[in-house]
Amino acid sequence: MEDLGAAFGLALELMAAGDPELVGIVRLSLAVSLTAVAIACLLGMPLGALLASVPFRGRGAAIVFLDALMGLPPVVVGLFVYILLSNAGPLGALRLLYTPAAMILAQTILVTPIVAALSRELLAGLQEEYADQLRSLGIGPWRAIPTLLWEGRFGLATAALAGFGRAIAEVGAVMIVGGNIKHATRVMTTAIALETSKGEIALALALGLVLLALALFVTGAAALLRETAARLAHA
Amino acid sequence: MNRLLLALLPLLLAMPAAPARAGADVIVLQSTTSTRNSGLLDHLLPKFTARTGIEVRVVAVGTGQALKNARNGDGDALLVHARARELAFVAEGYGVLRCDVMYNDFVIVGPADDPAGIAGMRDAPAAFARIAAAGAIFVSRGDDSGTHVKERSLWRLAGIDPAAGAADWYREAGAGMGATLNIAAGMEGYTLTDRASWIAFANKRNLALLVEGDPRLFNQYGVILVNPARHPAVNFAAAKAFRDWLVGPEGQAAIAAFRVKGQQLFFPNADCGRAAQGPFQRTRPRPSGS
Amino acid sequence: MPEEGAILPLEVRGLGLAFGPRPALKEVTFALGPRGLTVVLGANGAGKSLLLRILHGLLPPGRGEIRWNGRPPGPAVWRRQAMVFQSPVLLRRSVAANIAFALAARGLPRAERRRRLAAALEGCGLDGLARRPARRLSGGEQQRVALARALALEPELLLLDEPTASLDPAATRAIESLLLRARDAGTRIVLVTHDVAQARRLAEEVIFLHAGRVIEQAPAAAFFAAPRSAAARAYIEGRLPA
Repeated sequence: MEDLGAAFGLALELMAAGDPELVGIVRLSLAVSLTAVAIACLLGMPLGALLASVPFRGRGAAIVFLDALMGLPPVVVGLFVYILLSNAGPLGALRLLYTPAAMILAQTILVTPIVAALSRELLAGLQEEYADQLRSLGIGPWRAIPTLLWEGRFGLATAALAGFGRAIAEVGAVMIVGGNIKHATRVMTTAIALETSKGEIALALALGLVLLALALFVTGAAALLRETAARLAHA
Repeated sequence: MNRLLLALLPLLLAMPAAPARAGADVIVLQSTTSTRNSGLLDHLLPKFTARTGIEVRVVAVGTGQALKNARNGDGDALLVHARARELAFVAEGYGVLRCDVMYNDFVIVGPADDPAGIAGMRDAPAAFARIAAAGAIFVSRGDDSGTHVKERSLWRLAGIDPAAGAADWYREAGAGMGATLNIAAGMEGYTLTDRASWIAFANKRNLALLVEGDPRLFNQYGVILVNPARHPAVNFAAAKAFRDWLVGPEGQAAIAAFRVKGQQLFFPNADCGRAAQGPFQRTRPRPSGS
Repeated sequence: MPEEGAILPLEVRGLGLAFGPRPALKEVTFALGPRGLTVVLGANGAGKSLLLRILHGLLPPGRGEIRWNGRPPGPAVWRRQAMVFQSPVLLRRSVAANIAFALAARGLPRAERRRRLAAALEGCGLDGLARRPARRLSGGEQQRVALARALALEPELLLLDEPTASLDPAATRAIESLLLRARDAGTRIVLVTHDVAQARRLAEEVIFLHAGRVIEQAPAAAFFAAPRSAAARAYIEGRLPA
């Protein structure tokens, strides 16, 4: 119990002090996860729209597979990327292991299925509503993809946020491919794991609270942005 | 959505540049949690970097994982503690220029009320046997780390194979030292830990140091360089500079000067002689730091 | 004589469609001339909407033959049509953008799109609403936007599927007067409805559909004065089927 109280005090202290090491860790966490989510959106949203709009043989199986990928354990993704990027691996020559780029790659792999699956679900609903009207206007399933993406933009923001939540909170993948190297690849979650392993429970918890505040800030900002945009635009 | 992504682009471009990990002035050191969590590396590395300008990036994992990563060429140097396996690593041609660097010792910790009655014993295998006889909870690292290797050798000396019998008092954590200590504290169990991790560990709760001083609890650390003949991409020159500094007078003095809560945790005993290379090595470049 | 490239007159022969064992359309045969406003009248489930969707290429015909000015159906035919659905499907953007979207989908040059957009807004009394989010308008206004969007395409044939079924009388009146104006301007109109009063107000010709079959096709005056079939008589008199 006293750990909990201490953690809250410590969390406030950490945030107030703006300790440069913590600031660096926070910045890297945000940079890695936001980049991964951005790439995941660029890949996953069109993929989701495609699965929602374009009928093809095996689409049902593809959707089931995609939904299953949402449950991919981060550690497995981490190991996969490690094998890929290891010096002994097929992409070893790129020298990306233990860099933020490797962490971005791992989180992108982790998050893309989530963004794609949630996008598909949302856009399938839209597609049902729009399909006849769009075909009436001479817009086939392929050309409908950008329209669906734009029409679903407010809902898609939620898919992006879900992806961000997963990325910023995962530790297994970034630990393996980033290595939790001080000043280089240490992010919030790996720092929390490290302090826990040192038995610094209060500090670990405090970092957890900082992470929570961070997530709240990002999702809150996104929600605000989304609502303002929806009000100004045409929900 | 695409517009939103475009808006994110500047942020992506502003990402902290990720320098290649093996540039001229950076090496990756595969090491163990004990050296990092105790604070030893935070004490040593700035001194080394100040002297040479070489940045050392530490990946701290169990010794088994460290050796595995290095086998893949993911790292330039190793600082680990499982001597027999280090020698095998060198013998198989993955590593070169191994040196003994320093030692610390393991201790047995457990609940302060000590249900197995091992407090004050100086015979570690006998203490293990008593824990097994009492059926008291023992938390093992279970992660193939140097500490885990040492623990298994102690069970062997005690004539007990706790992992085979599915003994319900023997719990394999599959975790690092800190996590294992957290579990032992939560379960009121015994465990084997290196003294450095124990002293630096902040969440002791009801745990106490019960057994120490057995020579068999001695824990030798070695430094090894990843063989550039096998992995040409490694930063061999910088890694060698690190190894030479570590076993040289400046590094050794820095190790001796490191204190946690007033205690010296690591004892320098650099040796790059033939014994440190192991009996099997055949194709080794001439060591220079001996 | 129909102009070069025109899709009318239309000839439909022996059209049939079945979902499972139950036929939804049976032996549907009729013809549409190049001018005027035809109402397809019938009860719910008579197959009116299916027929309209087949004509517009949204559903494949099961059997039978469709000839548009002698040619088989295809994208070139459907491009010369526009359709308004029972509930307006508007995009999440402004009224003007909704119409502009349809014009862009047709691949019209920019100047032409601008001209048609302005004309459609003005013609349907939407000038004041042009910048408003389309999905925030009332049901009647939304249907007017949908109609403006369809008319902006300057279709040869305009198909409407119960466009006023969920509108109040004032909004219905607005839609109907727009339809009559479009007809007068030369747009061929086929309107599906189950509303006898609406059919009386608008129709020049009636196709009466019952249980998937075309029971009657006749000029409106003749149809309402003396329906030939018992089913049509019952329907016009507003009797519920036993």
